[in-house]
Amino acid sequence: MNIHEYQAKELLAAAKVAVPAGKSTTTVAEAVEIAKGIFESGSDLVVVKAQIHAGGRGKGKTKNSGARGVILCRSVEEVRTAADSLLGDILVTIQTGESGQKVNTIYITDGVSIEKEFYLSILLDRGLGKNVIMVSTEGGVEIEKVAEETPEKIIKEWVEPGLKLQGCQARRLAFALDLSGDALKSAMKLFTNLYDFYVAKDASLVEVNPLVLTKEGEVVALDAKVTFDDNGLYRHADVQDLRDESEENPFELEASKYGLNYIKLDGNVGCMVNGAGLAMATMDIIKLSGGEPANFLDVGGGANVETVKNGFRIILDDPNVKGILINIFGGIVRCDRVANGILEAIKDEEIARKVQNVPIIVRLQGTNAKEAKEIIDNSGLNVISAVLLKEAAAEVARLFA
Amino acid sequence: MSILVNSTTRLIVQGFTGSEGTFHAQQMLEYGTNVVGGVTPGKGGQKHLDKPVFNTVRDAVDHEGANTSIIFVPPAFAGDAIIEAAQAGVELIVCITEGIPVQDMVIAKSVADSHGCRLVGPNCPGLITPGQAKVGIMPGMIFTPGPIGLVSRSGTLTYEAVDQLTKAGLGQSTAIGIGGDPVIGTTHTDAVKLFNEDPETEAIVLIGEIGGSAEEEAAAYIKEHVKKPVVAFIAGSTAPPGRRMGHAGAIISGGKGTAQDKKEALMAAGITVSESPAEIGETLKALL
Repeated sequence: MNIHEYQAKELLAAAKVAVPAGKSTTTVAEAVEIAKGIFESGSDLVVVKAQIHAGGRGKGKTKNSGARGVILCRSVEEVRTAADSLLGDILVTIQTGESGQKVNTIYITDGVSIEKEFYLSILLDRGLGKNVIMVSTEGGVEIEKVAEETPEKIIKEWVEPGLKLQGCQARRLAFALDLSGDALKSAMKLFTNLYDFYVAKDASLVEVNPLVLTKEGEVVALDAKVTFDDNGLYRHADVQDLRDESEENPFELEASKYGLNYIKLDGNVGCMVNGAGLAMATMDIIKLSGGEPANFLDVGGGANVETVKNGFRIILDDPNVKGILINIFGGIVRCDRVANGILEAIKDEEIARKVQNVPIIVRLQGTNAKEAKEIIDNSGLNVISAVLLKEAAAEVARLFA
Repeated sequence: MSILVNSTTRLIVQGFTGSEGTFHAQQMLEYGTNVVGGVTPGKGGQKHLDKPVFNTVRDAVDHEGANTSIIFVPPAFAGDAIIEAAQAGVELIVCITEGIPVQDMVIAKSVADSHGCRLVGPNCPGLITPGQAKVGIMPGMIFTPGPIGLVSRSGTLTYEAVDQLTKAGLGQSTAIGIGGDPVIGTTHTDAVKLFNEDPETEAIVLIGEIGGSAEEEAAAYIKEHVKKPVVAFIAGSTAPPGRRMGHAGAIISGGKGTAQDKKEALMAAGITVSESPAEIGETLKALL
């Protein structure tokens, strides 16, 4: 699960990780009030940042006002203009795609005086099964580029499972950033507290880019991207509350309410499959057969009437869908039962109306596959049956290639 | 021969009396697996499916000589179940549970490693040596004994591939589903190594998917050490970057872990890659 920058900063501040002063708002008037407070505290720079989940905000532009997603302001009036240009507009960045994302919230924060910029992230090293904390002197730029061109500039420390980040590790990271004295202590404290936060909250990624050394000698997180492990959410009610459904695809949101694992794609052939690996393979075979997959949909082990009905509803809500391939490998679930479930779902009034002009290919393989094919073939409904995956692929090719 | 499970397997089921544990224990018994008992804390001393129930894995090992455990406990307690089995000296732990927090797995895997036991999964269908032992949730009837070793991250895609193999007249020595999570015990490389060392496995099918770099690592190992024929399929050529495709580990992040990269690494290692998931069996048959 993703959260907004302002939410991440609030969590980090609570975990004793240094972040610049700031507050989120949804109105111009409040933005101005927050900015006044920051200027009065002695700062001469306030930053107004659009709060959307996608990255690349600084280089992104809003559709109507043409404003950047991150705006530096020297006066309260500039903050007013910036807030006005962002709120309610659609921000398009390299990560949002052309449709962009509506800016409902902005973050008003102190633009600290920067001495140096660094990069910091904490994530899982899948190969080793350990958490790794990485820093680089190359802050503020794309870390993928640094990793590609100058990998020696990325310093890593792997944390032993079950242990905290050790003092020697925090020290090595701080020395790698060429810090000394109070700045070194400040960085070590930040690394240690940030790692504790990452583990305690079941985060899957904490990325701070840039991490900055201020002219006052303090190390602070100027930006923060935090992603959580969905499997760990059950033990963090406070994190669950931060979910912003307006950032999610409405089709996917609806599917998740039915307990379906659905991802929307841009193609014309919908698919419904049991199991994630087979679902990916089914998307691949649609493409190999000359169609384009319209979605990923794993209905799980059950594949009963209700899940199939809900799957149909979600797939058919997408106007691009011109056909549907159902691919179920019935192992312990018998295919004849699944076939009856599918037919019952298609007889549902709402679904029957929507599938009139949408050909459905049903491929059932596994236990009682032959009986299942007979059930489908004798149903009198406009459904094409297949047993082998190859046969299903040929039907896709015949209809959509 | 085979790898990891066979007729000498003495299996216990953790989460024995729960609905999943009960159903699959029954299925495994029907297949002929030597299930010697199970563990449900608080129900020790009872009988379930005519087998003894123990409070702890240690009791099950002491009384029944269990050497393998299969775990069906809910995700919040599954990490603990793995640690319990490892500390009790179980040699092979197969964790079926889906949805275990990653940080729990970081610790559980580390404990399993430190006790020298082999972990398969989590979030996997388990493994089967046809005709000898089924330690998992797969439909036993699609498997048939033979010389092909199969390793895969997924469940139903494994069944699909096995079904194609069986229909092509190619039986299986052992088929192992290693799971789709970011942190797993046995990797593709581990499984390939075991198949390579098993004299009765004559060819290997490797099924991978987007995310991580386990398939590339297996490719490097195969290039260096494996003379047996290998056929591979990688799922997710059409998956968009940055999205988790069902499995927690199936995600292309930072441009890494694409199907294309994996296929190229496999082909560069001399492995035959089946482009279509419908032709895995035929591709291997043609190769032999």
